[in-house]
Amino acid sequence: MNKNIGLSLGFGGISILVLSLFNLFEGAALLYTSLAMILAGIVVYAFGSYKDEMPGIKNNEVWFKSVSSKGTIAWILGFVLTAFYVVIYWYPEYLGLHKEGNTGIIAFFDPLSYVLNGHAASQWFVYGTLYTIAILGFGVKFILKYRHNNYEIIRTLSVMFFQLGFAFLLPEFLAKLNPELDYFAKDIKNMWPLNYYFFEDWHLKALLGGGNLGMFMLFFGIGMVFLISPILTYFFGKRWYCSWVCGCGGLAETAGDSFRHLSDKSDKAWKIERWMIHSVLLFIFITTVAVIYSFLINEKAVLQPNVFLFGVIGFLGIFTLYINKIGYKKLALDARKGIYWASGIISLFLIVNMAIGNTNVFFIDSYSLRSWYGFFIGAAFSGVVGVGFYPIMGSRVWCRFGCPMAAILGFQQKLLSRFRITTNGSQCISCGNCSTYCEMGIDVRSYAMKGEDIVRSSCVGCGVCSAVCPRGVLKLENGAVEI
Amino acid sequence: MKVVIIGNGIAGITAAIELRKKSDCEIVVVSEETEYFFSRTALMYVFMGHMKFEHTQPYEKSFWQNQNIILKKAKVKSINASQNFLNLENGEKLSYDFLVIASGSKPNKFNWPGQDLNGVSGLYHKSDLEYLESYSSKIKHAVVVGGGLIGVELAEMLKSRGKEVTFLVREGSFWDIVMSEKEGRMLEKHIISHGINLKLNTELKEIKGSSEVEGLITNHGEMIDCQFVGLTVGVSPNIDFIKESGININRGILVNDFLQTNIQNIFAIGDCAEIQNPQLGRRPIEAVWYTGKMMGEALAKSLSGVKTQYNPGHWFNSAKFFDIEYQTYGNVPAKVNESQVELYWEKENKAVRIVFEKASKKFLGINTFGIRMRHQFFESVLNQNQSVDFVLKNLEKANFDPEFYKKYEKEIRNEFLKSI
Repeated sequence: MNKNIGLSLGFGGISILVLSLFNLFEGAALLYTSLAMILAGIVVYAFGSYKDEMPGIKNNEVWFKSVSSKGTIAWILGFVLTAFYVVIYWYPEYLGLHKEGNTGIIAFFDPLSYVLNGHAASQWFVYGTLYTIAILGFGVKFILKYRHNNYEIIRTLSVMFFQLGFAFLLPEFLAKLNPELDYFAKDIKNMWPLNYYFFEDWHLKALLGGGNLGMFMLFFGIGMVFLISPILTYFFGKRWYCSWVCGCGGLAETAGDSFRHLSDKSDKAWKIERWMIHSVLLFIFITTVAVIYSFLINEKAVLQPNVFLFGVIGFLGIFTLYINKIGYKKLALDARKGIYWASGIISLFLIVNMAIGNTNVFFIDSYSLRSWYGFFIGAAFSGVVGVGFYPIMGSRVWCRFGCPMAAILGFQQKLLSRFRITTNGSQCISCGNCSTYCEMGIDVRSYAMKGEDIVRSSCVGCGVCSAVCPRGVLKLENGAVEI
Repeated sequence: MKVVIIGNGIAGITAAIELRKKSDCEIVVVSEETEYFFSRTALMYVFMGHMKFEHTQPYEKSFWQNQNIILKKAKVKSINASQNFLNLENGEKLSYDFLVIASGSKPNKFNWPGQDLNGVSGLYHKSDLEYLESYSSKIKHAVVVGGGLIGVELAEMLKSRGKEVTFLVREGSFWDIVMSEKEGRMLEKHIISHGINLKLNTELKEIKGSSEVEGLITNHGEMIDCQFVGLTVGVSPNIDFIKESGININRGILVNDFLQTNIQNIFAIGDCAEIQNPQLGRRPIEAVWYTGKMMGEALAKSLSGVKTQYNPGHWFNSAKFFDIEYQTYGNVPAKVNESQVELYWEKENKAVRIVFEKASKKFLGINTFGIRMRHQFFESVLNQNQSVDFVLKNLEKANFDPEFYKKYEKEIRNEFLKSI
């Protein structure tokens, strides 16, 4: 009953948005009504689903329902989501984005945009608003579903808070308070390389010209990835980011929860994952080095371009040495070889480049590199495949196969973190709930049935394996090792 | 050397995998049930839609090839122990140098009238699950007979699919051979709160129907209309095919401390094995997952040349009753005797019962409901013969609940210290 009311409200709200595409509506009241209907619809549906149920694991009929078992509804939903991402990235004019003045759904969002940031809406404002509503609404659903589990409740409140506050409201308010500044990413939790344009010239210029706020953002952004993230990952594992703070993770954990079991657990998928995610990391690393180098040359900045290149070579050297002398026990042979080869080849390129004084460090225009990255990784992978394919490939496809931030945090987690999932003696009955519900496709059971601790780079620490275990075998821990 | 293993459940498969780690002998696993190993304990989750059947298989198909373990889907008809070969139902003969029997259990049936009607089933084999699935659409009201672990699982399964469920339990309190009365009462309340019609002190007398189940009659003469009867009144060793082989049997296949039968090159492990001289406090047949696994590990060592006694260590077990998780470590009798003392704490579907020796205060064991506790902690407490005081003092160290869960250790300790 309540579920139907929820569905009606939600789809009613969405219908208003769809009709706004055809310029049928305008006005703040109707906008707020439609957004409120969507949010309320999700919440009402969630209460309808779980309120009368006893607290406990709620996975009944997951593999029978069309939407969560790759049935017809799942394919339709996947198609709609994918189409939405294709339009928003490459055909925003269909949403009403026009130089001479926006129309359609983008214009429909103007009232809210003016209130928050003082500008007319863009397609990204529409997207950000809907994204935030999804995390808030489905966050409530997830909390109701796991209301017996304090870890899940607190973790979900955290992703909801960071999405609403840091990713959505704060950047908009900062834009409103500083109307004279150029646009720069004001979401301070969205660090490089997940925020791949952080070091691009236009962004660096905006930061450098952005006064105190810009300088703060610049130093905080660099400090985040090189200082804060290793420290937090050391104590808590990469979960502090991936399942507590990150917006991509936030959507996966809330709106994507109904699809978490669809992740591929095969050995083959794991092999592809290891190569693919680290290739993306390599790609963004090369791109960023090239982009910064061009920036330093073009802007005649304080930092000498060649000093920067020496710095990069030095960094790679120290990292390689660390892997070779200290971290080698924790990495497989092919992973170590990959690091040695990649570091060696990059350094070689940079040295040759310095010798011949080339401005394109990798003999490819840095502008081409970053536009390829933006197209293939930033848009096609993280957006279209990452969210569009939720109902078919599970909710963490991007995080698992593509996210370079996850790859860096994964190195930190594997090499120096105290975080691990421990198994409770011999209590495992090999049932497979943990592996089935691992959104990252980790075969948790293969460790649990041997009584081994689970230390995997990809684990985002969502805690669901521990929650669904019927025998109390798994526990996320980050204390010092004892007993 | 050729080792043939009958049965691909947890005992047989553990023996095969562990043996392969230590030996490159030929290993053949024969099973009539399925081609690949699956987790029997997970069948309920397939019916409930939490998992697909493939998720219950811990190893990928390529694993068996890589490990060079030959899987043979066939039913064993008889054993020719004097000439070291098996007769299979399909007429084939399969020779061996060493034979491991891990044929598991079969659900008990006590010759009730109507027990072979359509719509009567146990829950043990994969075929039982398939039968239940195919029959499910006909079921509006199901009756589950037998108040053990499988009974409560079957009740939960049927309930999850929207069936009305009546649950007949012979005893006056739930699972009273293991649970104290207070524990039983807490579980009964929880089971009832899930909408199960629980009838204590009630037994099955007769199942009614012409070809399909239409109802059943209880020992109180009550007629219950139903379309399905789940029989979960325990299991017995599955050893019918052994009877003419010359292998000594009692209820199960009799084995010594090395899991060896009276015939030197034939062994038995898992549910079908009956230990002739069990350790103090242990039963000769323990049909649980964990002992099957440990027997498989011990036997693999022996077969690889390192003669190893089966030593199950301290008893432990676990289960889940709807939403209440249960773990037990050590010896926790349902009713304590005069030389023992029990401490019991209960709050909101959580409970802890500790049993210790009155005179020496030696800790004997613990039942815990709704609070996860560490196996290693109690294993070392029991190994070191620690006192109940030590356990209470260090109860926080035993906690294995997820982070941010409410902690009850202080409350439990204070309450127990008052009563010691």
